[in-house]
Amino acid sequence: MLTGRRRIEDQFVYGIARPTGGHRAVNFRLNAPYVQMYGIVKRFPGVLACDHVDFDVRRGELHALLGENGAGKSTLMRILYGLYQPEEGRILRDGAEVTIHSPTDAIRQGIGMIHQHFMLVDTLTVTENVALGLKSSREPLLDLDRVEAGIRELSEAYGLQIDPRAPVWTLSVGERQRVEIMKALYRGAAMLILDEPTAVLTPQEVEELFVTLGYMKENGYSLVLISHKLQEILSISDRITVLRSGRLVGTVPTKDMTRQELARMMVGRDVMLERDRDDEIDVGEVRLRLEDVKAVDVTGQPALRGVSLSVQAGEILGVAGISGNGQRELAEVIAGLRPMTGGSVEMDGTPITDWSTARRTEAGLAYIPEERMHDGIVRDFAVSENLVLQEHTSDKFSHGIFLAFDYIARYSRQLVQDFYIKTPDIRTMTRNLSGGNIQRLILARELSRRPKVLVAAQPTRGIDIGAIEYIYQQLLEQRDTGMATLLISEDLDELLALCDRIAVIYEGQIMDVLERDKTSAEELGLLMAGVHPERQ
Amino acid sequence: MFDELFTISTLVGILHSCVRLATPYLFASLGETFGQRSGVLNLGVDGIMLMGAFFAFYVVFEGHNLWVGLLAAIAVGILMGLLKAFVSVTMQSLQGISGIGLYLFGLGLSSLLFKTLIGSVEGVSGFRQLAIPFLSDIPGIGHILFNHNALVYLAYLMVPVSWFVINRTTLGLKIRAVGHNPEAADTLGVSVNGVRYTTMMIGGALAAVAGASLSIGLQNVFQENMTNGLGFIAVALVYFGSWRTVGVLGGSLLFSLVNALQLWVQALAIPVPSEIAVMMPYIMTIVVLAFTARQIQKPAALARSYERGE
Repeated sequence: MLTGRRRIEDQFVYGIARPTGGHRAVNFRLNAPYVQMYGIVKRFPGVLACDHVDFDVRRGELHALLGENGAGKSTLMRILYGLYQPEEGRILRDGAEVTIHSPTDAIRQGIGMIHQHFMLVDTLTVTENVALGLKSSREPLLDLDRVEAGIRELSEAYGLQIDPRAPVWTLSVGERQRVEIMKALYRGAAMLILDEPTAVLTPQEVEELFVTLGYMKENGYSLVLISHKLQEILSISDRITVLRSGRLVGTVPTKDMTRQELARMMVGRDVMLERDRDDEIDVGEVRLRLEDVKAVDVTGQPALRGVSLSVQAGEILGVAGISGNGQRELAEVIAGLRPMTGGSVEMDGTPITDWSTARRTEAGLAYIPEERMHDGIVRDFAVSENLVLQEHTSDKFSHGIFLAFDYIARYSRQLVQDFYIKTPDIRTMTRNLSGGNIQRLILARELSRRPKVLVAAQPTRGIDIGAIEYIYQQLLEQRDTGMATLLISEDLDELLALCDRIAVIYEGQIMDVLERDKTSAEELGLLMAGVHPERQ
Repeated sequence: MFDELFTISTLVGILHSCVRLATPYLFASLGETFGQRSGVLNLGVDGIMLMGAFFAFYVVFEGHNLWVGLLAAIAVGILMGLLKAFVSVTMQSLQGISGIGLYLFGLGLSSLLFKTLIGSVEGVSGFRQLAIPFLSDIPGIGHILFNHNALVYLAYLMVPVSWFVINRTTLGLKIRAVGHNPEAADTLGVSVNGVRYTTMMIGGALAAVAGASLSIGLQNVFQENMTNGLGFIAVALVYFGSWRTVGVLGGSLLFSLVNALQLWVQALAIPVPSEIAVMMPYIMTIVVLAFTARQIQKPAALARSYERGE
């Protein structure tokens, strides 16, 4: 162990970490286990996050870790990366037991982690970000030239295209991810844990990432991919470990599995995520119409540059796009939360451009905000209070200036039951509910009003597959009763599964609106990147 | 009557004063730059300056060497920096208000010590003019730039030194990273608190030297509250200079120029009410801050304490 440690520290000083044999991750025997975890137990107050979980990664393997939110997959990997300490269990590296107290320890053991939220300093260059925290070869002075040369070498070897001198704030999300991978490689990682790495990427960037991961696999790197995208796991992993409620369901070779089987392992029952493709679309008159809508973002920069869209009754219109292309502003403009700098919005033929949010709500507009913890609920309110938040002044819920507590309680119990909101009581503080249950609560509040138009921004982001399935069902049911839905999402599979038409937004403009049946993820991906196939 | 201001000899005099008077601004605001680049706003600079000014003066007054006086100031400054770091970094109190507290502490303690240990206004002989051979003989420029005491030269030397430390050393990289994204620095094994303690000590030492430059360099006396809020102007100068050492240099020279003009207007008995002349630097501070609202380079984590999350 000591020699291994010294080796990597030497490499900190003498330029890039270069395991013996070129860029290969240490002199590896393919298929030998790199890291093994046995009987890992981790408790949080009130929760058993990991209950005697076994896990292992081999050299040259891409091992997918699958599970719903709260299944314990992130906890397990955070233990391996030294962010949490397990109560029980053993961790072996190359067959020898190790203890990992901190990320620094993990890096010494050759374990790197790519977090979902990038850990980069925007104002520094790529090279400076890589050099940060490393010993320089001419301490106390920086040796950025040497680091830069190392980055160039590694980026050639693994197809990681990055300009080492670019400041990070100028980079795209995909490029930032490459910087994160570069940081781990440069530190001599032989194993990478990637936490939901594709969530923020365009399909093209996902392709590039997978090519890089392929090179790394060939060179003996061990890769762990945390994900809940079944399709993606099936297409690139070698083995899959499924966790459910902190317990190991099983580890299986990917080639033996199908989507349905995986979903069943993950949830514990059959799941219906596909929409019946044969259903007839029965659309009515236009319910929501946006005409040349313009708006600015918080910094005053134009965020919407003339958006025109219309959604008909009984239709789900998807808005696809990479985060930060005006989706947030679009949802807020329709909800009346952000002033427009031009254009008009109509609901059922009536211009509502100058209406307040309350008046829009009364007229039948429902809104599921992107930041549900922040904009969707009041965290320190009881479940019942959040359920009547919008309508608490209506005659139903109040007598004069007094709230009708009995009726509110009865009403809330009914909604909790109808929408399967898992909560100990209607007086429970909403902040104690899981993300999926908070989203059910918001859905219950919005849909129980029988809205004419629903604007849903990222309604399934970060929630478990059971809740996602339920939200899909509800959206489709309401659609069938004539609601017009604008569904803003970054998940192309979701849009392709639910929507009738899909609009692609790029830099505040609608690139195109496509029929669901006549398009593909690839076409949408190009549009999301600002490339119009027909106009090339 | 303003004609007198524009004779060659007066202009040379004004510029000489300008270069000289920039000394405390430079020390204090360069020190503050270190702190702010690492994400700690220290509003207590003025208090540290007063403590530095007092101790430097007292040690020299007691008959010790000027350099010993300077070292005493540095030691006190480091202690004051540690105190600020303990309150703001370890205890995570709000940085703005704890800085005000540190200022009042320094103001009160330096006055108390002055009253008990010295009692009345006394003078010492501070750092002498040190004309640099040959260079100081250049007409005009020579007198303006190369005929000052050692502390003045040291202040200007600190500009490139600070730039180099911030931009070309591993410590500087850590300072910049911690000031912008402490979480990212932490995941790479950089001790966020360690870096912030370091910058507070550097900042404290430089602020104390700024105070000493008044009491044993420029004025050679100690009086209660002799800084007159100069430390607060130094904090403003860091904003004015967009957190860059060159910007801080420019701001310091601008302010000392206003100061020098004010002194010369009074000295030449030009009939401008002296109150207005004395007010000028403070009015400048407000105007300058109003126009530097576009904080382009501002360290994103400035004035925010860091706690490792989940």
